[in-house]
Amino acid sequence: MTTETHAETVDDDRRNFIHIATGSVALGGAAMFAWTLVDQWNPAADTRAASALDVDVSKVPLGGEIRILIGGKPFFVRHRTPAEISAAESVNISILPDPETDEARLRPKADGTLNKAILVTSGSCTHLGCVPVGPAQGNTGDYGGWYCPCHGSHYDTSGRIRKGPAPSNLPVPNYRWVSDSVVNISL
Amino acid sequence: MSGHESKYTPNSAFERWLDTRLPIIRFANDTMITFPTPKNLNYWYVFGGILAVCLAIQIITGVILAMHYEASVDGAFASVERIMRDVPYGWLLRYIHANGASMFFLAVYLHMFRGLYYGSYKAPREVLWIIGCVIYLLMMATAFLGYMLPWGQMSYHGSNVITGLFGAIPLVGESIQTWLMGGPSIGNQTLQRFFSLHYLLPFMIAGAVILHIWALHVPGNTNPTGVEVKDVEKDTVPFHPYYTVKDAFAIVIFLIMFAVFVFYAPGVLGHADNYIEANALVTPAHIVPEWYLLPFYAILRAITFDLGPIDAKLLGVIFMFAAIAVLFVLPWLDTSKVKSMRYRPVARQFFFGFVVVCFLLGWCGAANPDDAVIPALQGDPSLVVSYTVDGAPASASYKGGEEAFEQAKAFMASLPAGANPSLSAVPAPTFAFRHLSLILTFLYFGYFVALFFIGLTEKPKALPESIHKSVLKRKPKDTGNAVPAE
Repeated sequence: MTTETHAETVDDDRRNFIHIATGSVALGGAAMFAWTLVDQWNPAADTRAASALDVDVSKVPLGGEIRILIGGKPFFVRHRTPAEISAAESVNISILPDPETDEARLRPKADGTLNKAILVTSGSCTHLGCVPVGPAQGNTGDYGGWYCPCHGSHYDTSGRIRKGPAPSNLPVPNYRWVSDSVVNISL
Repeated sequence: MSGHESKYTPNSAFERWLDTRLPIIRFANDTMITFPTPKNLNYWYVFGGILAVCLAIQIITGVILAMHYEASVDGAFASVERIMRDVPYGWLLRYIHANGASMFFLAVYLHMFRGLYYGSYKAPREVLWIIGCVIYLLMMATAFLGYMLPWGQMSYHGSNVITGLFGAIPLVGESIQTWLMGGPSIGNQTLQRFFSLHYLLPFMIAGAVILHIWALHVPGNTNPTGVEVKDVEKDTVPFHPYYTVKDAFAIVIFLIMFAVFVFYAPGVLGHADNYIEANALVTPAHIVPEWYLLPFYAILRAITFDLGPIDAKLLGVIFMFAAIAVLFVLPWLDTSKVKSMRYRPVARQFFFGFVVVCFLLGWCGAANPDDAVIPALQGDPSLVVSYTVDGAPASASYKGGEEAFEQAKAFMASLPAGANPSLSAVPAPTFAFRHLSLILTFLYFGYFVALFFIGLTEKPKALPESIHKSVLKRKPKDTGNAVPAE
């Protein structure tokens, strides 16, 4: 009969310990599994690997540009004429909405010199992300660079915002000169 | 109502056998046949049934469309065109599915306005109302995800705008945006996950609908008087045949209107831009969502000013989500104990004002925010010459006809070299859609604030004693000596 009376006494501490221990293991397991469920939505390895591109800038015609998509994001590579370069350099930057010199928007080659003819910028307007039109579309805006038809932002030949609702210059992406004619652009 | 006595008697040996094992016939009988329903429900109460039909139509056509659809950036657009041209009756199934989304929202809005008018959200039906709001949220998510699948221009750039909303959240916004898109931009991986979720969410809606009906059947239906059932015998009638027939009649009328859209105007609720394949390098001039999301889009764009540390974009996002969130807490915002607007003379006016505000917000959402609301009131544009003086910008403006152009030209010629003058037409300042949207946004939220204060001060009209008395009062033979309820 002693076993029966023993079975009828409930040891609350013991039960609580078992409940909490079991619950913690289940919750820990669920949390770890939830982590994988959330993390699988992050960019996959191949998507991240596709986020850089070598571009041969020698193919860009003088006064023209090429438009490239890296990971679905648009970028402009523009071959500027000497007149466009001097227009970009001669601006008094204190009057700009987002002051930046033309030189600060270029990246040096391996030997430390600048190739002022080649300008690399993002291709999405800093206002709401539309893609501005440029020389190939026959409209370069009031300042000779780009014009965004969505809400009328004008960019100059250095990709700087001059007029319109966009708050900042076309960002310069991470890029480096691989050789004299190839740039590697990455997101 | 829960607790109403089951009137089901198993009639055959099989039914008796099943009833002691899985009383499913009893359950169906109690919920859909004998369920006691207020006898005074009007035609505003038919949309629940119509919505059930809409959900069934969307799931059936959707599951079939998924058999022909290809979720990849290279194949999606072509597979939709193949459904339209080559799959037998594919055009019909797709048009039913695409227009069905609009019909679904049309019905849900009428259902919601019914609930707002007759106070269906008040105790003891708060949980019923909140589950309804959850269903509405799930519907909006499903519609947005589905709109991306054809991979047209509006699909692509619309989802860019919506995922961009999450980018406005401070600190973590950009990571959340990348996480949602599964990469630096909307791509194949985004299309695949959106397709998977678009298939999943309707079944979650179906689950929420079961909870919604469960929560409805505990307190029972509201009714146009807002007076609760007091005497089941006198105040209610069984759901079948009274409301099965009334709902069926309404469903037939609704399906006729549905069919008119499907067969005679299948594209009128969509955008022609979505028949151009998605192109990341070309943005459509005017990105707008489908009509049923326009009021929220208007609220999003109405905010163009910063508030302290919160910038305009984030503030717009906050207001847009708040416009939906406010519905969830409505049962506690409305302080009046009287349910039906029939007996609330002041709140009733505000309700109709609120309906107008919702329509006007939809109108603003469809318009270009900078356009004049009333073009006739806008003055003539002026010619503005922009130039630089010693590197600083300056401008001169000219008004009038041809002579203004001559003057501007002469002025430009007179400027020294290096002034870099340019000429542009600047529209005269006017009352634009963004101003109207801002006013309407405040009126939208104002309605909910007003309900709080009106409930405290309003003197409601006398309520009828019971549902059956209110019905009898409206009988023609009594009109001589009894005051009608309305």
